[in-house]
Amino acid sequence: MGWFKRIKEGIITKTVDKKKDVPDNLWYQCQKCKNASTQKEVTNHFYKCPKCNYHIRIGSDYYFDLIFDGKFTELFDDIIAKDILKFTDLKPYKERLEKAKAKTDLDDAMKVAEGKVNRKPLVIAAMDFSFIGGSMGSVVGEKISRAIDHCMDNKIPLLIISKSGGARMMESAFSLMQMAKTSAKLSQLSDAGIPFFSLLTDPTTGGVTASFAMLGDINFAEPEALIGFAGPRVIKETIKRDLPEGFQTSEFLLNHGFLDFIVDRKDLKARIGDLLSLVNVTV
Amino acid sequence: MVFLDFEKPLEILYEQLDKIKQVGELGGIDVSDKINELENKIKTTTKEIYDNLSGWQKVQLSRHPERPYTLFYINQMCKKFIELHGDRYFADDKAIVGGIGSLDNINCVFIGHQKGETTKMRAYRNFGMANPEGYRKALRFMKLAEKFKMPVVCLIDTPGAYPGIEAEERGQAEAIARNLFEMAKLDVPIVCVVIGEGASGGAIGIGLGDSVYMMENTWYSVISPESCSSILWRSWDHKQKAAEALKLTADHMLDFGLIDGILKEPLGGAHAAPEDMAKMLKKHLKKEINALLPLSAKELKKNRIKKYEKIGKFSKKKKE
Repeated sequence: MGWFKRIKEGIITKTVDKKKDVPDNLWYQCQKCKNASTQKEVTNHFYKCPKCNYHIRIGSDYYFDLIFDGKFTELFDDIIAKDILKFTDLKPYKERLEKAKAKTDLDDAMKVAEGKVNRKPLVIAAMDFSFIGGSMGSVVGEKISRAIDHCMDNKIPLLIISKSGGARMMESAFSLMQMAKTSAKLSQLSDAGIPFFSLLTDPTTGGVTASFAMLGDINFAEPEALIGFAGPRVIKETIKRDLPEGFQTSEFLLNHGFLDFIVDRKDLKARIGDLLSLVNVTV
Repeated sequence: MVFLDFEKPLEILYEQLDKIKQVGELGGIDVSDKINELENKIKTTTKEIYDNLSGWQKVQLSRHPERPYTLFYINQMCKKFIELHGDRYFADDKAIVGGIGSLDNINCVFIGHQKGETTKMRAYRNFGMANPEGYRKALRFMKLAEKFKMPVVCLIDTPGAYPGIEAEERGQAEAIARNLFEMAKLDVPIVCVVIGEGASGGAIGIGLGDSVYMMENTWYSVISPESCSSILWRSWDHKQKAAEALKLTADHMLDFGLIDGILKEPLGGAHAAPEDMAKMLKKHLKKEINALLPLSAKELKKNRIKKYEKIGKFSKKKKE
């Protein structure tokens, strides 16, 4: 995903020096409208296509930059994946992990950080699709679990930004159980009266949708994101029919009552700030 | 009788047995020695085959067309049982059944996936693949259990939650997520047993509990071996390999600490002696429920969340 340049300086996490900067004069071709824009235009346009407003898939660091008031601290960054099952398909899982790490400069598919939004504290757990399809294994489950404990201990609201193909197959039942684990922890957070906001971005499917992503006190999404339980290909193969236009998009979910609203990325920070000021924390 | 591919030697022996019995009857000859001999051979061959089952073979057994399903077990175990229907919002899902019944002196709420026994019934039950209303119906029953302080029994047997247009429209993901969220904090004991297939979100959607067991010849995984093969190997032909790689059998699951125990099946699988299996299941459920009943709602929930909080294996990164 090394396509964009950071918009702000002064971030205190280690990732800042790791991230490769891309020269501004590189061109970006939009996946959707195929029009070309300069990297600088895209960056200034909140990582959306300046021509058609397509929301480009971005990683956790970008969201932290976009949402937090400047500084933030990464939490639980020492948890890394383990090949529990000695899983091998066409490639060993171990090798897949190494490759993903080398390619993305990430340790797994989620980063957690604490910072402020409009001077109000917030913990954000954001997923990285570039790391094995943003899949949820033990690490993602554990990070969410610890983020929830941290929020309960410090009475801070939680925002999870989902972007995932679902559970990580290479951890088999361990990843399946992360659905139970994260949902169980969220029930604890809920009983503690602490708000949980769920932002669904392109794509959010499978076990991630069927656990924490759908459990927000308030669920919202970026425009035109793919959101669903089963993937469109699986559904098409099962029912042997074409899928209707706009099926499983944010707008479809909003229409069917599963989202509270859709927010353009340029308004994301302001909207989250408003949420934080409008929701009473009852603890 | 239905024989699976790895049961071929048994099929031959059973054929021989039938023939000898026929010869005996027709010719008026005493063939009891020969029959005894063959019956013993069938027993030892069955044991040999069943002692060395592969992951894929257990998957096949979990799908055996003669394998007992949820309603069979409930009707065997309960003197009285009233089936209840509907989620009160949309419909009555046929792939998840449930109701109130008693295990001797314990009144329980039963919930389970249901498959059909005939071609017609298989379609009627949607092959055990529930739609969102199935999960919402299950949640309604759990809330009933909570209100009347009755333990919940969940019997799991599904190839997955149904992937369809309407299922997505009605929020398949939300329905499963909501169940997990609510089951984690239910005030009454939840005892789960995988009685057949335990595929993915469709299984765990009624599978979060204080006690989770698997029958010996069942499986539990994040994805079916077929789908795993199709995604990771990009072909349907590697389901056997996928079944091994996913380590989805009860033995593996117990080793990993992801389940609390295994329920032995009769020799030849649950379908070989369904009534015996039902008796064993009843004994097991009573034991588990009796151990959980003394706990307060607070203790139950605390233990349950602790149990799930601990699930997961990862390493610690060395500081640079």
